[in-house]
Amino acid sequence: MGRYVLRRLLQLVPVFIGTTFLIFVLVWAVPGDPFTGLCGDRPCPPQFVAAMTEKYNLNDNVIVQYLKYMGALLTGDFGQTYSEQPVGELIALAAPVSLRLAVVAVAIEAIIGVTAGILTGLRGRGFLDNLVLVSTLFLIALPTFVTGFVIQIVLGFQWEILTPTVSSEARWSELIIPGFVLGSLSMAYVSRLTRTSIAENKRADYMRTALAKGQPKHRIVGVHLLRNSAIPVITFLGTDIGNLMGGAIVTEGIFGIHGVGKLVYDGIIDKQGTIVVGVVVLLVIVFLVVNLLIDLMYAVLDPRIRYD
Amino acid sequence: MEPGSLADPLLEVEDLFVEFRTQDGVARVLNGVTYHVRAGETLAVLGESGSGKSVTAQAIMGILDTPPAVITGGEIRYHGENLLAVSDERRNDVRAEGIAIIFQDALSALNPVYTVGFQIEEQLRVRLGMSRRDARARAVELLDLVRIPNAARRVRQYPHEFSGGMRQRAMIAMSLALDPEVLIADEPTTALDVTVQAQIMDLLKEIQVERRMGLILITHDLGVVAEVADRISVMYAGRIVEHADAVSLYRNPGHPYTAALMDSLPRLDQKGSTLNTIKGLPPSLLHIPPGCPFHPRCPMATDRCSTDVPRDHGLGFGRTSKCHYAEELVSRV
Amino acid sequence: MTDPNTAAAGTVTTEGATYVTAAEHQQVAPGKPRSLWSDAWRDLRRRPLFIIASAVIILLVIIAIFPSWFTSVDPKHKDLDFSRVPPSGDAWFGYDLQGRDVYARVVYGTRWTLLVGVAASVLTVLIGAFFGILAGYFGGWVDGLISRIGEIFFGLPFVLGAIVILSQVRNAQVGGAFPIVSAVVSSIAVLSWPVAMRIMRSAAVAAKQQDYVKAARALGARPARIIFRHLLPNCLAPVLVYGTIALGAFIGVEATMSFLGIGLHDPAVSWGVMISDARNYVRVAPHMLLFPAGFLTLTVLVFVMLGDAVREALDPKLR
Repeated sequence: MGRYVLRRLLQLVPVFIGTTFLIFVLVWAVPGDPFTGLCGDRPCPPQFVAAMTEKYNLNDNVIVQYLKYMGALLTGDFGQTYSEQPVGELIALAAPVSLRLAVVAVAIEAIIGVTAGILTGLRGRGFLDNLVLVSTLFLIALPTFVTGFVIQIVLGFQWEILTPTVSSEARWSELIIPGFVLGSLSMAYVSRLTRTSIAENKRADYMRTALAKGQPKHRIVGVHLLRNSAIPVITFLGTDIGNLMGGAIVTEGIFGIHGVGKLVYDGIIDKQGTIVVGVVVLLVIVFLVVNLLIDLMYAVLDPRIRYD
Repeated sequence: MEPGSLADPLLEVEDLFVEFRTQDGVARVLNGVTYHVRAGETLAVLGESGSGKSVTAQAIMGILDTPPAVITGGEIRYHGENLLAVSDERRNDVRAEGIAIIFQDALSALNPVYTVGFQIEEQLRVRLGMSRRDARARAVELLDLVRIPNAARRVRQYPHEFSGGMRQRAMIAMSLALDPEVLIADEPTTALDVTVQAQIMDLLKEIQVERRMGLILITHDLGVVAEVADRISVMYAGRIVEHADAVSLYRNPGHPYTAALMDSLPRLDQKGSTLNTIKGLPPSLLHIPPGCPFHPRCPMATDRCSTDVPRDHGLGFGRTSKCHYAEELVSRV
Repeated sequence: MTDPNTAAAGTVTTEGATYVTAAEHQQVAPGKPRSLWSDAWRDLRRRPLFIIASAVIILLVIIAIFPSWFTSVDPKHKDLDFSRVPPSGDAWFGYDLQGRDVYARVVYGTRWTLLVGVAASVLTVLIGAFFGILAGYFGGWVDGLISRIGEIFFGLPFVLGAIVILSQVRNAQVGGAFPIVSAVVSSIAVLSWPVAMRIMRSAAVAAKQQDYVKAARALGARPARIIFRHLLPNCLAPVLVYGTIALGAFIGVEATMSFLGIGLHDPAVSWGVMISDARNYVRVAPHMLLFPAGFLTLTVLVFVMLGDAVREALDPKLR
């Protein structure tokens, strides 16, 4: 098992380098003036340009720039914005918020999605089944910003049940609605995945055996069926935490959440390249680590998989 | 071979009718199946794929998928009690404690995510209320009984860590956990290679004799049957076309289908000539031919066979055959 | 917004192997030999979901190609006197901020919306399938290389990558409908092809192990022939399902990107652009946003329904 982890970590390195280099190139190496619009409508003063060029190594070619950046990164230095704010600090403030949001979203989608999936998977065709299928279809089809907008307007402005935006501390309770919006697409998917998994495993041979053994129904479902059906669902939920952290830009924008998504979006609009690259580096690390953890967990869930 | 006592049968299937209601129509899968087994005897149920042998077994256990399967007639009697008429609770009590079943493919029949020990122990703990420790000890004993070496270590392993033959043994051990009186073995050796087949059949026979169980062996393999069976029921298109004791069946088949099956066995003294086959295919159960269902493939068929459904013809000593010409067939030597 | 590709890819069954062999069995009753595709078609024809979805899609395509059949109003005609006027008998969907007929704009916007969705999914599937089948068939270092490259793109969160790419494009200030659409389509395809690649690859790996492929190799068939003749037909099903569902998802993606201000813009006016323009006026003139949003939702829904129906029809296990 240890050797497997080591091997996977080594495999991650080229991918990490590849993705971060890619985004680095996209942000810094595209032709055009990187300082457009930075100083308002007028072009920036030459001393400013000279100082910035020096600071961000803009005269070096891309690869050198990248290496210098990566070098600094290894010491924990994410660089600074044009207005000399340390990017590392900004990220450290925003990341926990996004993490909390992602956790809330995954929790909601897990509870609702899995329950719906189990009920419909066991029961088969019927009213509940059709209801769930249709509603999940809707959730899949509605773009997140539409869902978010509608909920914010209806619940927040019209009916005034909830505060339409989230405060800067972003308490857990405030994150429930945004979490629901963020996770709505995945929730639809989780319920379908659970439903399919249960419906398929329901007809497996070992289920027939359990029945023939005279085991009570609640054990046949609760012990035999669930454990087997859970495997793909848990795997998905795990990776979703990583995905949702990086994919919350729209939700954070609509609800005013000061998370990583908003940080990077503002960074792009304001052309703060260091913020963009810094956030992406963080997200890539999270994504790769989460995937590795899920892979390892898979071996725990399914004894047929053993890594040597 | 002991023919078993002449006591009342342990398990009796009488005139069982089962239909499968599908999108393409109604398939008449079982059309009046009747057989029985007594304590200490082995009944072989012989037939091709699609003849209905596994469906009968599942109907006995009460594990048919109820849509689309529907039991439309007949009785299944265990110690005289009709299982089709009892409460669900009683039916479930009989499962594994009275009548147990083992399946063809042990790899898919065992739950892949739990250890073999767990799957045996859950019978003991849940249905007999045994403690964890007692259940574990008993599980090891059972694995020993079926001659799995190193039982104490094996009990903590998963099904995929066993070889095919050992898995089948584990499944047998699991089926014996509650000391059933009847064991149904549904194609227990079909998925195994020949040497292992012999070992498993020996094991089954040994267990049956030791515990005086009734063993119903479902198979399509004539070779396996010859060693082990006391009596044989031959199935075709959802009905039993011939009942006989093993010796008579092999020496002197009483139904053209049985005769054709015997003929199609490759034999050493037939070297150099083409193999005999039964022409045609088994009928689709959606469209069973009128009259005798075997008549389109029967070398002896006459006009009568396509219109009149044959009833049981008694051939003496408990032998029966559903053929209009059964007596003539038997008297040909 | 989460990655559209996770849901789209996931609604395809995880085991590509189920689609691999084209099962053939004889019917005893009068009938022709049945293959997976003809079985699927028979099944589809009977499903109300499929029929409705297809009907709506055909209608949308007609609207996209022949918008003038559905409205005689010029969508670009502005009349500030009519700014933000709600729906009435003359203008079923009312007027937008600049006095343009919303209904006409929705009708003409169909073309751009569908164009982006179709082009993006076709391009994604083509690129992904191409690399996927190469990776699956050849294995070895080819597979390793392609898979690593795919993982690099995978690691980039979709929306982030799209925003970065498109904001750079926007800075380059290219005008004209075609370059704008190409930019959006290409950025979607560039970020999504790994998903299609993986699906194709796992199907190809499973298909490669089938006996008929081994037989073909033993007979000396060249790789190109094996790939096109034997592998491809059997790997199409899951990719096809993904493509259909992705089409719906990409239409939603385009809308989201336009909403964020980096997607299409004038003169390529899609429904996403309309929604984006209307969002600040949602409380005073909701009709400006509601109608394009409604059409958008309906269109995505219909494609996802189609993909769903196709997937269920093609999955032999669900019979």
